[in-house]
Amino acid sequence: MQFESFTEFLNMGGYAFYVWLSFGVTFVAMAMIAIQSFIKHRNLMKQVVVEQERKARIKKARLQQQDSM
Amino acid sequence: MSLYQGVFKRDMHIAFKQKAELVQPLMFLLMVVTLFPLGVSPSPDTLQRIGPGVIWIAAILSSLMAMERLFRDDFQDGSLEQYVLSGMPLSAVSAVKVAAHWLVSFVPLLLLSPLLAMFLNLTVDMYIALVLTLLLGTPLLSFIGAIAVGLTVGLQKGGVLLALLLIPVFIPLLIFATSAVDSAALQLPYHAQLAIIAAMLLLAAALAPFAIAYSLKVSQN
Amino acid sequence: MWKWLHPYAKTERAYQLCSTLQPWFWVGAFVCLSIGTVWGLAFAPQDYQQGDSFRIIYIHVPSAILSMGTYVAMAIAALVGMVWQWRTAYMSMIAMAPIGAVMTFIALFTGAAWGKPMWGAWWVWDARLTSELILLFLYMGVIALYGAFEDKQQAGKAAGVMALVGVVNIPIIHYSVEWWNTLHQGATISKFDNPSIAPEMLWPLLINLLGFAFFIGAVTTVRLRNEIVLREVHRPWVQVLATKQVSKQQSGDAINASVKEGS
Repeated sequence: MQFESFTEFLNMGGYAFYVWLSFGVTFVAMAMIAIQSFIKHRNLMKQVVVEQERKARIKKARLQQQDSM
Repeated sequence: MSLYQGVFKRDMHIAFKQKAELVQPLMFLLMVVTLFPLGVSPSPDTLQRIGPGVIWIAAILSSLMAMERLFRDDFQDGSLEQYVLSGMPLSAVSAVKVAAHWLVSFVPLLLLSPLLAMFLNLTVDMYIALVLTLLLGTPLLSFIGAIAVGLTVGLQKGGVLLALLLIPVFIPLLIFATSAVDSAALQLPYHAQLAIIAAMLLLAAALAPFAIAYSLKVSQN
Repeated sequence: MWKWLHPYAKTERAYQLCSTLQPWFWVGAFVCLSIGTVWGLAFAPQDYQQGDSFRIIYIHVPSAILSMGTYVAMAIAALVGMVWQWRTAYMSMIAMAPIGAVMTFIALFTGAAWGKPMWGAWWVWDARLTSELILLFLYMGVIALYGAFEDKQQAGKAAGVMALVGVVNIPIIHYSVEWWNTLHQGATISKFDNPSIAPEMLWPLLINLLGFAFFIGAVTTVRLRNEIVLREVHRPWVQVLATKQVSKQQSGDAINASVKEGS
């Protein structure tokens, strides 16, 4: 360990603001793009299923219409 | 040969029919250059210091406006499709069109340059360097610009996108051109900068027509 | 030599490859970044000139290197798409672009945060900074051009052309801007046999470099899968996959809900 205490570690030899700003923004940016990618994946899959169900309903409705005619 | 002459003549003819479209980028150039003494400082020393950069930046911005004209009319009336479908090598047709466009768009800029140099208090040495950089650099703007114009010709709002795509690519040219004129201001030689611009131009002249042809085919889909 | 790559021109195989690689990339990213960051923040020695602020290097250098690396990878993908007409190549290109842009942003931001205490300025127009900023513009241009086209096949080709024009630009910019004075220090890891950095500082740097690379790979696999699904939405294998995944999720939600009600 390069630091004597946790407070010293947080202080980063006086450069606390710059070091933690850098690490913080980096972490947030990486988290944001990762989360956005995952959310998009989930939404896309849901959308595929919704579209599929919609097509099935339309097909069923068309068949029923044909039968009744 | 006469086929290409035909393409060239047609482009020149169309350009001169739409004089407003030719004059507007020039007026834009003149007005942008005028903004700097008014907005930054009219002090002759300051203007001389920033002059080369101002003229080159204004040239780049006004060329972005003028460049859209390169393929747009042909795209809209279907002649571009005709060029693509004809047996003519699209790269050669593109090169001819770029040459015609350069004559019509940038030669007036060169003619206007003494006035701009006077506005920004450039010395004679600086002006000579400026003209040389413009002579070598503006064809480079046309060639590289045409690639991006070819890609965006089918898009509705291609204008700003064109600028976003091209400005990063024009930055090396800007750096070398202004470096040459700044060296001229200090009475230093600037052959190196001119040589690099010339090298970029030769590379572009050799390769860009093929890239432009590919871009046009992508737009035609 | 490259025959083993050929199956991945098909979207289904590419999707499967992404699914297989993804967990490994996430694990690799998490492990390497944890080790590298903790080592760099707490255990690596202080720089005798810069004190503890130099610890920003453990993010700054890897992200800068990888921002350029990702762009080159994008350009290679564009070239593969253009020459061999692989749709998956264009899809990979656009999958990589946003994460490359994020890396570039991180490099610029951490560079500024490091520069302020060291040089007294958040920003200077020297070779490295200017080149990196222009790299960010190039990424944004490729993403914007891709988004402007309705037909994504056309979009891939167009963005591919711009990616290739941009990659020619990168060495030109970097080289040309060296005509200006450069405040930025020279490359830390330029010579492999004689690095100018102490080994206790080098190792966490390399581990973080690997960690960031794994992270880029992980996010790219997620985004590539997204792009594939988006483009192949009508294919039966996509629909089977989606149904399975959504029903698994729904049953998971149902179990959670019943557990909550039960307790």
